Amino acid sequence: MVEFALPQNSKVQPGKVWPKPAGSKLQEFRIYRWNPDDGKNPQIDSYHVDMEQCGPMVLDAIIKIKNEQDPTLTFRRSCREGICGSCAMNIDGTNTLACLKACDEVEGAVRIYPLPHMPVVKDLVPDLTRFYTQHRAIEPWLKTTTPEPVKEWKQSHNERALLDGLYECILCACCSTSCPSYWWNGYRYLGPAALLQAYRWLIDSRDEARKDRLDNLEDPFKLYRCHTIMNCAKACPKGLNPAKAIAEIKKLMVERLL
Amino acid sequence: MANDKSAARPLSPHLQIYRPMLTMMMSIVHRITGMGLYFGIILLVWWLTAASISDGYFDLVQGFFGHWFGRLLLFGFTWALIHHALGGLRHLLWDTGRGFDLNLIEWLARANLAGSIVLTLLLWVIGYGVMA
Repeated sequence: MVEFALPQNSKVQPGKVWPKPAGSKLQEFRIYRWNPDDGKNPQIDSYHVDMEQCGPMVLDAIIKIKNEQDPTLTFRRSCREGICGSCAMNIDGTNTLACLKACDEVEGAVRIYPLPHMPVVKDLVPDLTRFYTQHRAIEPWLKTTTPEPVKEWKQSHNERALLDGLYECILCACCSTSCPSYWWNGYRYLGPAALLQAYRWLIDSRDEARKDRLDNLEDPFKLYRCHTIMNCAKACPKGLNPAKAIAEIKKLMVERLL
Repeated sequence: MANDKSAARPLSPHLQIYRPMLTMMMSIVHRITGMGLYFGIILLVWWLTAASISDGYFDLVQGFFGHWFGRLLLFGFTWALIHHALGGLRHLLWDTGRGFDLNLIEWLARANLAGSIVLTLLLWVIGYGVMA
């Protein structure tokens, strides 16, 4: 059953207002905090950062907060240039990568939450176990039955071009956790990220398991919980379009019946 | 150990914090209007059933639909019908794998909303024109 409200232990409380640093160009950051060790509900802490002394991106700002104000602030980050997918979070109401989101794109306070409708490990770190399990479930590797060629599996330039807009996915989970269908049915619906990857292997000219792959997806929940809400395509920080990939899978399902 | 922690893990906020966007709203309105159509069809069936029962009962139902409240329900029904039908056309387009460009998605959502309002008003203007 769909639960629109948050469970009791997840309701967000007002939190600490941290002292303002000196500076002429202060921007406020309201950040979701949850500590597994103190037994309290999640809360929103308020920090201020002098943007004259800070890099332009939200990731720069939260690293600065962690370095200079509150070392307990917890989040994932690695490459800081939009290729690792670690710093995915909900900023100013939409999912994106903190390293690609400029602070001056946001009017007023920058509100930062973990990716929506996920179990929180700590602060801005969600538990992505289920997300990765779903990726594994679509078997994201080349499957063949013909004997392996001596040198390599060949692919024409045109066949390779079919993978553009799909292979670039960095599995940051921005799309899946932006999707209301995934919020309500995340245990049975695979979600946009896993389905985009499913399509990437379905149309790979070298892959020989299309029938099995489609059989695996032919299910009222795994695939067909996509209702073309489009939050995924709007959220993707890499500019990919999972909604379109899912529509293409639905088309393959129809085409194989004809 | 890990289990003790995960049991207590809070669920991160979702609907409460996600920016409401037109495309997302149009999706839920498509569902709501779809459910509204069930109710609308009941009105239609009630009217047809009344016609088969007796003149008196039919006049009663006619009177209800002539009342401002009945008219309001019918107005809502026609809007829901048109809105849902136009939304259906969007879904038909998407089912062909087209119409996923981000700008086009936005345009389609607006066209759907504007179209349903204009067509509903037009239908009622014509309706009142025919009755007059």
